[in-house]
Amino acid sequence: MKMQAQHLNLYYGTHQALFDVSLEVPENKVVALIGPSGCGKSTFLRTLNRMNDLIDGVQIDGKITLDDRDIYDKDVDLVNLRKRVGMVFQRPNPFPMSIYDNVAYGCRVHGLTDKKRLDEIVEKSLRGAALWDEVKDRLDASAMGMSGGQQQRLCIARVMAVEPEVVLMDEPCSALDPISTMKIEELVQEIKKEYTIVMVTHNMQQAARVSDYTAFFLNGKLIEHDTTDVIFTKPHDKKTEDYITGRFG
Amino acid sequence: MERQTRQEYIHDLEVVQELVATMGDKALTNVEQSMKALLEDDAVLAKKVMKADDAIDDMIIDVEDKCILLIAKQQPIAHDLRVIATGFKISTDIERIGDHAFDIAKTAASVKEPLNPDCKRWIEELGNCAASMVRRAVKAYRDRSVQEADEVRKMDKQMDDVFEHTFYALSDFVTKEGARQKGATQLLFIARFLERIGDHAVNIAEWVIYLETAERIHQKKNRLI
Repeated sequence: MKMQAQHLNLYYGTHQALFDVSLEVPENKVVALIGPSGCGKSTFLRTLNRMNDLIDGVQIDGKITLDDRDIYDKDVDLVNLRKRVGMVFQRPNPFPMSIYDNVAYGCRVHGLTDKKRLDEIVEKSLRGAALWDEVKDRLDASAMGMSGGQQQRLCIARVMAVEPEVVLMDEPCSALDPISTMKIEELVQEIKKEYTIVMVTHNMQQAARVSDYTAFFLNGKLIEHDTTDVIFTKPHDKKTEDYITGRFG
Repeated sequence: MERQTRQEYIHDLEVVQELVATMGDKALTNVEQSMKALLEDDAVLAKKVMKADDAIDDMIIDVEDKCILLIAKQQPIAHDLRVIATGFKISTDIERIGDHAFDIAKTAASVKEPLNPDCKRWIEELGNCAASMVRRAVKAYRDRSVQEADEVRKMDKQMDDVFEHTFYALSDFVTKEGARQKGATQLLFIARFLERIGDHAVNIAEWVIYLETAERIHQKKNRLI
């Protein structure tokens, strides 16, 4: 297993947001996290690269491992963890700088200054994010002038540039039009050959289309997880079936 | 969990299921009436059954259109998807049952001389068996009863035994009586139609099991005749 959560409980102050969640994330697979708003799926996603550490009053018990090592151990280097476990957010959040500088940003933070090497990484990442052909002639243009779909692919390229092992995606298509959404979905299918992906989505069909495994959360609990084929054809739990078929809202 | 959503969609799924069940009722009636027409030598009833098959043919188009529209607009999954998939499959089996009832009625309308009483008895037993299987398969579908569906599957063995016995008895009769009993030859075809009706009832039962359990079951036939 690339990542594994074991008996994870998470509290925001006195409010418990996750209850005894155990979930495995296999290498080079896409795991979709689904569930209604407030069910804990994004909270869970953020525990996978310790983004919740940034929130005051968060308390976590249980264990999350990356390649069998607990990422909550005291001696874990957070910068290195977030390099290995990158994140793409709901809304595209390019930095107010050029397309090139956006992609090169992470590598520069990690100390890379060699221009030739940076050029190679920027091209490879933009190609990997299926964006190169659209922007190769305007790498110095501001990223803020790109369309929403392009910006989101730029953010994916920015994550890929630092060569993470796991990519977390928090509703990456929720702010995008259908064509851009399809491009991102195709991209996910392509990049899973090299990366392990955990994706939060509210779009049932997206989860069905792109993921290998699906986990259903409700009220902070992991109700059911299985292969996506099973979850979308014969889920075991009635609550899962009621949710995926839109029986409750 | 408290509030149920997608009421219209759920209603549309129910409409499909009711339509398929009603098709099943009509096909059953046609099987029973075609046999009645044959056994009572009632050409008027036979023609009525042949005409009644049109309604089943119209209904399958309606079921298919509704299912296609639900797939296009609602993206059904899990049990909902099985309602659609089995709607397609079961309606096809029912339509075939209707076609066989039509064939029986057509034969009944064309038989000129009275049937031999022994032949009549044999074919009547087969007809009762086929009608009973269809009746129980449609009931299993309407009641979503896996248990009832299992019973239909079990009846297939009995049906095969009756068919085999009937087929050989009719064959012997035709061999002995020769051209003097044209009607008996046609009964051989009817025996085959009834056996096929039983097979379609088993198919329906297997789709009911899939609908309710998501388990695929398929009974392999070992055909002797």
